[in-house]
Amino acid sequence: MAEEIRAEMVANVWKVVVAAGDSVEDGDTLVILESMKMEIPVISERSGKISALHVAEGDVVQEGDVIAVID
Amino acid sequence: MFESVLVANRGEIARRIIRTVQRMGVRAIAVYSEADADLPFVAEADEAVLIGPAAPNESYRNAHAVLEAARQSAAQAVHPGYGFLSENAAFAAQVVEAGLAWVGPSPAAIEQMGDKIRARNLVSAAGVPVSRGTASPVQDVAAALAAARDIGFPLMVKASAGGGGMGMSVAADEDALPGEYEKISAFAGRMFGDSAVLLERYFPSVRHVEVQVLGLADGRVVALGDRDCSVQRRNQKLVEETPSPAVDDELRQQMFKAAARAGEAVGYRGAGTVECLLDTASGEFVFLEMNTRLQVEHTITEMATGLDLVEQQLLVAAEEPVTFDPDSVRSSGHAIEMRVNAEDPRRFLPGPGRITVWEEPSGEGVRVDSGYVAGNLVTPHYDSLLAKLVVHGVDRDDALARARTALAGFRVEGPKCNLPFFAELLENPEFVSGAYDTGLVARMRA
Repeated sequence: MAEEIRAEMVANVWKVVVAAGDSVEDGDTLVILESMKMEIPVISERSGKISALHVAEGDVVQEGDVIAVID
Repeated sequence: MFESVLVANRGEIARRIIRTVQRMGVRAIAVYSEADADLPFVAEADEAVLIGPAAPNESYRNAHAVLEAARQSAAQAVHPGYGFLSENAAFAAQVVEAGLAWVGPSPAAIEQMGDKIRARNLVSAAGVPVSRGTASPVQDVAAALAAARDIGFPLMVKASAGGGGMGMSVAADEDALPGEYEKISAFAGRMFGDSAVLLERYFPSVRHVEVQVLGLADGRVVALGDRDCSVQRRNQKLVEETPSPAVDDELRQQMFKAAARAGEAVGYRGAGTVECLLDTASGEFVFLEMNTRLQVEHTITEMATGLDLVEQQLLVAAEEPVTFDPDSVRSSGHAIEMRVNAEDPRRFLPGPGRITVWEEPSGEGVRVDSGYVAGNLVTPHYDSLLAKLVVHGVDRDDALARARTALAGFRVEGPKCNLPFFAELLENPEFVSGAYDTGLVARMRA
């Protein structure tokens, strides 16, 4: 079943660590957000394949925006 | 003394510096970005100069814009506060070249302490204890294993280009090292474009204890007090207290001497902080780094000593004597600072927003250094510090009691706010006992 990874706050996308199609494991860093001078890693909570990546470095995400989908 | 001082910062620290500058009868000049036009520090300065848009690189970090504001406002000195340009040696040099006084150490001292490996080697040569570790990056697994035999396990594997707690892991023993090395090296290459890795001795349980120093105009470096900064989340401080509950008088004198030596090694002038790790198992301390500026938590040293550190900084920069006798610095009671941040109290994730309610506590032994008032917008462009709640009591128990009372009178609504975390901390048995380490917050959230 697909799992959507969403932004928990308004933030800038500082680094994108993975690409669509990559295999990831539980605990891997997917992207790193930046807000209020804080770098906030967005972590995968399951193992699987990145079926969609909706952000690029420099993007601004709002709370609730989908960052990636893991199958 | 100068006739005017430009404060190259924002928020609570700009406001706090402006207060002292004005008390000394000196004209205070603020600089501000478009995002900060409505903040109190802009209104309270005698003059305020708009230096650019919200993005820090285009305003508070823009050396050219700050220097231009100094020229335009005929400032005689520049106080950088903390963060932004405060530890930028090139900017300090530009300020001096422009004929202004720089309220801080020399550009050479900033540069020497800014390179972490160089600073470590330099203070070690001056007789300051440092942790065992590689003096330069290791290039492969074989080199890591060879270095590890000298350092001992457990050890910390960390990305040379990393910072803020990212790109670090612990290798428990020799079998674990190759895997951790490959993991961190690959992560560092991907993340920072530099796969170089450093190895350092890892202490499972440490406290972060630092010493406030002041380099005087006559060349002496004096220690003004210690601060325990072990209440941290993501390797960033949330609460500081002085004196450290983990340091006895004998250890304190050793740390003070080491801190003064570290400062003297670079001809330090003005306020600075020597950060150390204290191994709770052995009671030994090692040098971590020196911050060549005023710290956020300088307030607790002020409460305990009765000194205004910004005033001392300005006097040293003007080559005038300080207001106290450097041979008999007296500290009294116990002081605690809590960093009130726009972040949630559970996971400490930031959340900006418009402040709808802002009520500060007051009373004996209570000090609030805030950067905002009700109606202000807290933006995502800068750090999340809203205010510092500082309390001072006759002893630690008294300070804790004052902290609980003061906290109950602090209300912030609008942005996320971590005030409830402090209420929880002040009832936490480990914190209340004083016998805690840097793992405390993680244990509270486990």
